Amino acid sequence: MTLTSPPAAGTAAPPPAAAPALPRWTGPAAFTAVLLLALVVVPAVAPPFQINLYARYLCYALAALGIALAWGKGGMLTLGQGVFFGIGGYAMAMHLKLTEAGPGGLPDFMVWSGVTEMPLLWAPFASPYVALPAVVLLPGLVAAVLGWSVFRQRVRGAYFAILNQALAAAFVILLIGQQGLTGGSNGLTDFPVLLGVDLNRPESQLGLYVAVVLAVAAVYLALRAFDRSRLGRLLVAVRDGEDRVRFLGYDPTVVKTLAYTLSAMVAGLAGALFVPVAGIISPALFGVVPSIELVIAVAIGGRYSLAGAVAGALLLNLARTSFSEQFADGWLYLQGALFIAVIVFAPRGIAGLAASGRELLSRLRTRRTAAPAAGAPAEGGTP
Amino acid sequence: MTGTAPAARPLLEVRGLRVVFDGFTAVDGLDLTVAEGELRFLIGPNGAGKTTLIDVVTGLTRPAAGQVLFDGTELVGRREHRIVRLGVGRTFQTSVVFERLSVVENVDLAAAFRLGLPRLLRVRRGVSGTVAEALERTGLTALADRPAGELSHGQRQWLEIAMLLAQRPRLLLLDEPVAGMSRDERERTGELLLEIARDHTVVVVEHDMAFLRSYARTVTVLHEGRVLTEGDVAQVQADPRVREVYLGRRGAGDEPAVPAGGEVG
Ligand SMILES: Nc1ncnc2c1ncn2[C@@H]1O[C@H](COP(=O)(O)OP(=O)(O)OP(=O)(O)O)[C@@H](O)[C@H]1O
Ligand SMILES: [Mg+2]
Repeated sequence: MTLTSPPAAGTAAPPPAAAPALPRWTGPAAFTAVLLLALVVVPAVAPPFQINLYARYLCYALAALGIALAWGKGGMLTLGQGVFFGIGGYAMAMHLKLTEAGPGGLPDFMVWSGVTEMPLLWAPFASPYVALPAVVLLPGLVAAVLGWSVFRQRVRGAYFAILNQALAAAFVILLIGQQGLTGGSNGLTDFPVLLGVDLNRPESQLGLYVAVVLAVAAVYLALRAFDRSRLGRLLVAVRDGEDRVRFLGYDPTVVKTLAYTLSAMVAGLAGALFVPVAGIISPALFGVVPSIELVIAVAIGGRYSLAGAVAGALLLNLARTSFSEQFADGWLYLQGALFIAVIVFAPRGIAGLAASGRELLSRLRTRRTAAPAAGAPAEGGTP
Repeated sequence: MTGTAPAARPLLEVRGLRVVFDGFTAVDGLDLTVAEGELRFLIGPNGAGKTTLIDVVTGLTRPAAGQVLFDGTELVGRREHRIVRLGVGRTFQTSVVFERLSVVENVDLAAAFRLGLPRLLRVRRGVSGTVAEALERTGLTALADRPAGELSHGQRQWLEIAMLLAQRPRLLLLDEPVAGMSRDERERTGELLLEIARDHTVVVVEHDMAFLRSYARTVTVLHEGRVLTEGDVAQVQADPRVREVYLGRRGAGDEPAVPAGGEVG
């Protein structure tokens, strides 16, 4: 095995520095393999109800990708990402309810709550040309306004996290309070048709699953490209030294707002996809607790790694399903314990453990190939 | 104005500067003029206000009173990144580089602030001329792909200088660039300073007298937030007031610092 560049010298490398050198094709090959597994193998072997379950998990994984960007790369602990998931979800659900009600008709729950006229807030969502873009643009707009005003005041760290959390709590209270407008704590449910397609047919569910897989793949690739761009490098620089970045001639407010907005748009997309998959959107699905759980999933998967975030969300949801079937209440404790274990023993999460493993392997390999040739350590002897 | 001042127009003019921290006056009526193309050394005992002066010029600290004119433009009240964009760059007394990024990424970011958003969104391909030149001048070319966190102390200081050069500023403010460096590294940094000063206006804060004698031309001495004296190295060294404020602190021969109060037991 040849290495294109010499491995990092020294024994204790700083935490998430450069990844160990692997052949160039391993990344794309692994990506393609996972994509094929998800698109071909899983649908062939898994029963329909499980496909639907996986599609839900993937929606959470999508939101986790956004968190990995904002938190992992940008250092903004987004403890209220459910807000954006919810906005995207409601935008989609409102459109679906209006489709179900037919032109000029009122959604069923409004009729039951005694609403007689189409609320102004709802009217535009009848058109897919408004509703579908709104799914990402609305969360993006909210995040941009919020981010700009907060980051400009140099609010960061725990204050930012608490603010996000409070936002999630306030959003849920608002939704529950407006029964006639939002369906209250029951949320919105029963969506038979999406863009003319009958959602109750099994093929539709498979189609949705494929759409979600493709969305996760596309967002993953887009965020990865962003991470590698100059702006992505700048985001990492802002995370590690916001004040220093100002003296490079950049306004950190702009960089942070941009990343926060992007992550909110991804969460909005996730929420919108979740709606036809799950057939329901309600405050309990994205409130304070689910928002925290998303962050825990990202921490466990590895917040510095986009792939790690996806893996974390999938694993945690799979574990929850199988675990809470047996011990319903134990899950919360197990999840908390896992979170603490990761923070203490593996702050870079599963992705970090995987990277350390790879590094160890490649180090062993170079030692084995270098030893008979030189007999001396492979690295140069510079002090 | 003294007759020795060169004919060049002033690039930096500080007038009547006063900085107060919670009732403590760190800078007290400071005036300073640096001409375009000058290499100016700024010395003074610990706490004289040297770093504070740089902090005010670069927007990090707000003065209680006074003006800072850069090429005639008032800098007081402008935000840090705006001042950088006007052409004022600085380094920090304790170097701050982005350890998770590679050396070349650090320098590239410093150079890229003029690019618009669309170009920032693209992946860096190769190394631009400006970045390559900054790496070359600071001797970091061979280390370009290393994470900055792996650099030695001296190399980090050079990386800061490389980042500064890549910004192509008109005025460079360097806060103790050779602090903690080995003798060899100091020499290389001194040569680098002289070379940079050929086409930039440079203000260097430095305590070290030996370094000063080798590389300084005009020296401004600060003491307790004011300008004590100004002149060439020989003049300043001969000045009894300078000897007095440095007496027992940091003599000509780099003796260990002893507080002026003399609390030595
Ligand atoms: N943020 C601050 N808050 C309170 N006091 C400060 C602050 N910054 C500086 N000072 C005080 O102002 C005075 C001038 O400090 P400054 O850092 O400018 O000195 P200096 O000349 O750079 O000294 P040194 O050679 O030690 O770097 C010192 O007495 C210092 O304690
Ligand atoms: Mg200082």
